[in-house]
Amino acid sequence: MALIEIKGLYKSFGKSEILNDINLDMEEGKVMALIGPTGSGKTTLLRHIDTLDQPTRGSIFFHGEDICRLSSKEKFLVRRRMAMVFQKPVMFNRSVYENVSYGLKVRSKENSRDDVLHTLDEVGLTGYESRSATTLSGGEMQRIALARAMVIKPEVLLLDEPTANLDQKSASAIDDLIERLAHGGTTVIIASHNMTECRRLANRFAILVNGKITRTGRPNDIQLDRGQYIGFLESIDPSDKT
Amino acid sequence: MDEISAGFIRAIQLIVTLDPQVVEITARSLSISLTSVFIASLIDIPIGGIIQFHNFRGKRALINLIQTFYSLPTVTVGLLVFLLLSRSGPLGSLGLLFSPEGMIIGQTILITPIMLGLTISALGGVSVQIKETAMSLGATDLQVIFTILKEAKAAVIAAILLGFGRALSEVGVAMMIGGNIRGYTRVLTTAISLETSMGDLELSMALGIILISISLAVNLLLNRIQGR
Amino acid sequence: MEGKVLKISMLLLALAVLCTAVGVADNSRLKIATTTSLYDTGLLDFLQGKYEDKYNASVSIVSGGTGIAIQYGQRGDVDLLMIHDKARELKFVQDGDGLQRRCIAYNYFVIVGPKNDPAGIKGMNATQALKIIMEKGKADPNNVKFVSRGDNSGTQAREQLLWKNAGYNYSKINNSGPWYIDAGSGMGATLLMTNEKSAYTLSDTGTYMAYRGNLSLVPLIEGGNDLLNVYVAIAINPKKHPGVNCEAANQFINYLVSAEGQKLIADYGKDKYGQPLFFPAAGNCDKIGCSAAECAVPTNASCAAA
Ligand SMILES: Nc1ncnc2c1ncn2[C@@H]1O[C@H](COP(=O)(O)OP(=O)(O)O)[C@@H](O)[C@H]1O
Ligand SMILES: [Mg+2]
Repeated sequence: MALIEIKGLYKSFGKSEILNDINLDMEEGKVMALIGPTGSGKTTLLRHIDTLDQPTRGSIFFHGEDICRLSSKEKFLVRRRMAMVFQKPVMFNRSVYENVSYGLKVRSKENSRDDVLHTLDEVGLTGYESRSATTLSGGEMQRIALARAMVIKPEVLLLDEPTANLDQKSASAIDDLIERLAHGGTTVIIASHNMTECRRLANRFAILVNGKITRTGRPNDIQLDRGQYIGFLESIDPSDKT
Repeated sequence: MDEISAGFIRAIQLIVTLDPQVVEITARSLSISLTSVFIASLIDIPIGGIIQFHNFRGKRALINLIQTFYSLPTVTVGLLVFLLLSRSGPLGSLGLLFSPEGMIIGQTILITPIMLGLTISALGGVSVQIKETAMSLGATDLQVIFTILKEAKAAVIAAILLGFGRALSEVGVAMMIGGNIRGYTRVLTTAISLETSMGDLELSMALGIILISISLAVNLLLNRIQGR
Repeated sequence: MEGKVLKISMLLLALAVLCTAVGVADNSRLKIATTTSLYDTGLLDFLQGKYEDKYNASVSIVSGGTGIAIQYGQRGDVDLLMIHDKARELKFVQDGDGLQRRCIAYNYFVIVGPKNDPAGIKGMNATQALKIIMEKGKADPNNVKFVSRGDNSGTQAREQLLWKNAGYNYSKINNSGPWYIDAGSGMGATLLMTNEKSAYTLSDTGTYMAYRGNLSLVPLIEGGNDLLNVYVAIAINPKKHPGVNCEAANQFINYLVSAEGQKLIADYGKDKYGQPLFFPAAGNCDKIGCSAAECAVPTNASCAAA
């Protein structure tokens, strides 16, 4: 049994159908890439997995339990086992340290200073702990958001375009980090429209177009089907022509 | 003109020499209004949170109603609380009419709409992403509310300060519920209106200057908080 | 989060403490509702200080017109009334709201006005004077005006009585033109307004003398039985209004009617104004129309609840 199984998931906002019959399995300890152009529904799908959105129809099974049918109390328990980094992360109006330690604090893990500092180290922001988080640059915020999610050591890490706002160098540093997390056994689901990144990180990919999964497979499959998908991939990310 | 300047000088004298009557009335004003604001905060901030974070039918109408009550005339509240606390009224057995405790009840009711309304808009000013970030990092419902309150801290403090300003400067409730009893329920506003009617303009002016100074200080504080 | 929960619970604790404080609100205080004339002259403040010192008691004084004081009494919101309107006093006692009418002091009403007396009323009796003020006021409202308390006070009740004695229907007077100004204020404020408008008004002598320093008004008509002004104290009846502090009210009345209290009243204001503002009731009962029972020392009204 896969860790997460999505079955016949539909989501509409008003009249527009945003997710259309999504069926997807995600294995434990694997990195799954959701690839698709802007507006294809990647964020919406991640939000459903994190139980922030309720589907119009269909189910998401997590450890075999349909998390779309849970009460809000039970959903909270599901969220405690996951962590999501939003596409445009917002910082709490507090220090960097308080932002990173937030998830630990709400879990009453108070003696975690070393964990917090270590995580800050990992995202390359050593010494930032007493800075005010809201005055950081976009890239720094992105890294704090990642640290904030990593520090609670979630079973499932949901990353919504984590490197979109970053320069080449910080982006590849983040990618290194995600790679290490994956090696450590964390299940990662990453929404992205950067093919290079996905090929490097993901064991699995799913291509999402207009709320529909058009293809799933392994990274190599993408290479095989290159000719077929090249036009589409260019439309996602014109710089990605290698 | 002469009367005004002479009165002004005498008023300043009363203040700088810490005239016992002036000090006593000022201290009572502050303690009654601060207590009212304290109690109103305990009531209104959680209720504001409940209203803001729950969706229910008539929520919009309720918020509109609360906003309509921002400028609740103080004499109307005074009359209402008078009828409530009077011995012939429903709470008469408590014997709270003509007491500072009664004034606190009245002022708490008076400032509740504005504090409630401003709390709701303060919390509404926190982006939904903050809420979802907290949720996705594993916060309980209560922790989410605390987090949002903390984000809205400046605006909530502004609500509290505005409530304090209104409580301190109102005269309707203080007069009708307190009765302007010397040494017991006489506060800045009721003393000013009494002393004016008794022709003691100097004491009135001294108390007026203090009232204005406190309001000014509150406003400066407010500007500083909001300016950040 | 623990820290916050702790803080919140501490706040709630503080609230609980506060509520307890409210619960044990100071009910031993004697609450007096008084007509403004006794208050604005400073007499009641003075007596309060003496009384509190002697009996180690706390007194709260709420000052308003006789009308509002009677309402407080009818609702049981105070323990004692000090007012001056015989007709309403008798009714108040008859209705069972008050125990007994106790005469404590008297003085006279006075009609005051601008020094140049534009209506020319000096030397007349009170009813004649009002009649002239009205006639000249209607004819020349810019120069002849009358300010009425308009607050249901004892003084206003007397003004109405005088109009009635002069043969007029008060409600017609009240709406008969700009010469008649309804102030809706206490005695002191009414005097200040009369002064600003160079008008005439009916005042009690006590308040007029206490305010005279700030006024250019002069007394034009003084004395006479129709201007007699008797102040009484009435304890609220605990049978009708359970919870009122009847013992304290009686103790205060007994202090007022005692030789000591009467002397304080008789002497009050002598040093400051050169003459007393009030006369003691003791020894003048017949003259001021009070029965022997209304002057008995100590008061024979009993607080024993039925
Ligand atoms: N709350 C919402 N209400 C209405 N439409 C929404 C809402 N959230 C997302 N959408 C729409 O759903 C579509 C998919 O959005 P999204 O999941 O953010 O796509 P992606 O992350 O792939 O760019 C977009 O057209 C977007 O406008
Ligand atoms: Mg997106």
